[in-house]
Amino acid sequence: MATPLLKIEDLHVEVDGKEILKGVNLTLNAGEVHALMGRNGSGKSTLSYVIMGHPNYKVTKGRILFKEQDINELATDERARLGLALAFQYPVAIPGVSVSNFLRATTKATRGGVDVPIKEFRKELTENMDKLGVPKDFLSRYINDGFSGGEKKRLEILQLSMLKPSVMVLDETDSGLDIDALKTVSSGINALATKETAILLITHYQRMLNYVQPDFVHVFQDGRIVASGGPELSTKLEEQGYDWVTQELTIA
Amino acid sequence: MAAELAYDPNTNIRDIGDDYKYGFKDKEDYVFKSGRGLTPEIVESISKMKKEPQWMLDFRLNALDIFNKKPMPTWGNTKMLEDIDFENIYYYIKPSEKSEKNWEDVPEGIKKTFDRLGIPEAERKFLAGVTAQYESEVVYHSIREDLVKQGVIFLDMDSGLREHEEIVRKHFATVIPAADNKFSALNSAVWSGGSFIWVPEGVKVEIPLQAYFRINAENMGQFERTLIIAEPGSFVHYIEGCTAPIYSTDSLHSAVVELIAKPGAHIRYTTIQNWSRNVYNLVTKRAVAEANAKVEWVDGNLGSKLTMKYPAIYLTGEGATGEVLSVAFSGHDQHQDAGAKIVHAAPNTTSIVTSKSISKDGGRTSYRGLVKVYPGATGVKTSVKCDALLLDEESRSDTYPTMEIDEKDVSVEHEATVSKVGEEQLFYLMSRGLTADEAKAMVVNGFFEPFTKELPLEYAVELNRLIQLEMEGSVG
Ligand SMILES: Nc1ncnc2c1ncn2[C@@H]1O[C@H](COP(=O)(O)OP(=O)(O)OP(=O)(O)O)[C@@H](O)[C@H]1O
Ligand SMILES: [Mg+2]
Repeated sequence: MATPLLKIEDLHVEVDGKEILKGVNLTLNAGEVHALMGRNGSGKSTLSYVIMGHPNYKVTKGRILFKEQDINELATDERARLGLALAFQYPVAIPGVSVSNFLRATTKATRGGVDVPIKEFRKELTENMDKLGVPKDFLSRYINDGFSGGEKKRLEILQLSMLKPSVMVLDETDSGLDIDALKTVSSGINALATKETAILLITHYQRMLNYVQPDFVHVFQDGRIVASGGPELSTKLEEQGYDWVTQELTIA
Repeated sequence: MAAELAYDPNTNIRDIGDDYKYGFKDKEDYVFKSGRGLTPEIVESISKMKKEPQWMLDFRLNALDIFNKKPMPTWGNTKMLEDIDFENIYYYIKPSEKSEKNWEDVPEGIKKTFDRLGIPEAERKFLAGVTAQYESEVVYHSIREDLVKQGVIFLDMDSGLREHEEIVRKHFATVIPAADNKFSALNSAVWSGGSFIWVPEGVKVEIPLQAYFRINAENMGQFERTLIIAEPGSFVHYIEGCTAPIYSTDSLHSAVVELIAKPGAHIRYTTIQNWSRNVYNLVTKRAVAEANAKVEWVDGNLGSKLTMKYPAIYLTGEGATGEVLSVAFSGHDQHQDAGAKIVHAAPNTTSIVTSKSISKDGGRTSYRGLVKVYPGATGVKTSVKCDALLLDEESRSDTYPTMEIDEKDVSVEHEATVSKVGEEQLFYLMSRGLTADEAKAMVVNGFFEPFTKELPLEYAVELNRLIQLEMEGSVG
């Protein structure tokens, strides 16, 4: 078997002295889409932050391997340059920094520090913007500054389309998107899901999974994965909620 | 414009403190260098060498008297001010025989210096006229032929006095009298160089005129004097830039800048100051805006040891507008004490003050501002906004806003914020592959963007680059 792109082993994580992740195990192979579902506050975003190396989250046990390399000691930017990326649940605003300048700088940073010739860059950017239905005037606006919730999510996927990472965590990208936007953004995500990439989709609802078909669905509860299955699992969750998972766990 | 500014995070980043790009120095090869310290004899010899009229010599000697009598300011960074050793400073250095109109005729060493600073190149590309001052004197000067034909005068101040004595005498020191403060008195006594600009009625100088100031010698005092007169309905944009070498002991830069915008005229004055960290920068800048005139100070303060600078605008005619847009960047052992002074002396006048400052590595920034509205100045609108960004716990920012409003029919807005570079902002930027330094520089450039976008593109790019240099090594 090929080496997994991302392997998380018995991961325990603390924030401000409080344990939030309590033994996460997860393997993402190339070509796979995984959905991660779970109640509010169960630790999904925490997992996404830890994968990206947020300095406030302390790994107390376990490890994260990217292509078999332990990345625990790597800073956030080093992970990004290796090919990890996160589409944020709550993207932050950077006033005064235009989207186009930002995209140009980050594209260069994640492509080995080499400037993409400006013409090529523009062409690639325009194509991606058209696909995702991002209006031209977004380019001269400041990053996430005054953007609506749905616009921010589109912008996150636009960024990933330009950065071309191999492992992507998408944290509730579907929330805030209107019905039409959900379709266009989902097809953008499908374009990112290639044989060489792996995607972890964090979501609360079935609706995005109708467009982006996951290979695996995991249920997250109290800082760990408590159930895993195929696409049918998300349908069951949509219909029955989380109570049955909790019950099965208490019985077992 | 924002979209066009190429931000390049991979520019070679070095610490400006250790490796200030403009910190090189030339061998001293001067026509004349005064002894250290200040005496009436030195003042007299400056005036004599310049073949000045008697009234100017009298003005200088009177100013020297005022300087000697006036105490040091009792506010601002008094501790740093006390360290100025007036006895140790060279007050006048003449680097060459005369100001040249042809770049080729400028002495070789000085020419090389300005070449390194990119001056003639900038002129070819986007300037209507250039003055280059080295130590006390302007060594090169040029203005586009079409402007001369329209009657625009752009000269160094000494030539201005020689060639247009009547205009100079009528306006000189009318906006900033010698007795205004200790440093304006000092400048009045020993002034040399600077620019003299006169724009005839209705003439609009669409592309900027620029002056470049360079200090080379150690313990040098540079005291340029600039006077800009815009006749009714005219427009001019003037840009100045400044650098100096790094020495272990301090130099002093103390300019006086007077602007007169006659009815309906518009003056924009842009400064990109990037002194090395051993320069005291104590500058008096003041403008008068007559009826329906507009004056803008766009003031960028990087570098220097201590800067005390509060560009002022006196709105003396009905409908006049004044704007001060300033940014300051303070690093280790630096203090940028900057601000604005607006005087509303006529009805329906408007002022906008926007001040943005950044402190890092224990650096200090202060905003010191005054808005004064005289009785009878009805319908005045004034807005003061100060934003400070702190890059670490050791750094400091203070605001000292004063409002003296003696009229009821006035609309006043005031807002001050202090913020820290957000951890979440840095995490976001770094998650896209930018290093911590690049991420910080990006947040800082973004913070300054309202300022940068007011600059001609070339200066905006340069300012962003300077900020990037300043940011190196700031992340622990
Ligand atoms: N700095 C912190 N200090 C204390 N508790 C924290 C801190 N950061 C996160 N938590 C807690 O960790 C838990 C997990 O938060 P997280 O954001 O990962 O949940 P989530 O599964 O993404 O929830 P949602 O579905 O609402 O987005 C929450 O109870 C949260 O309050
Ligand atoms: Mg979450």
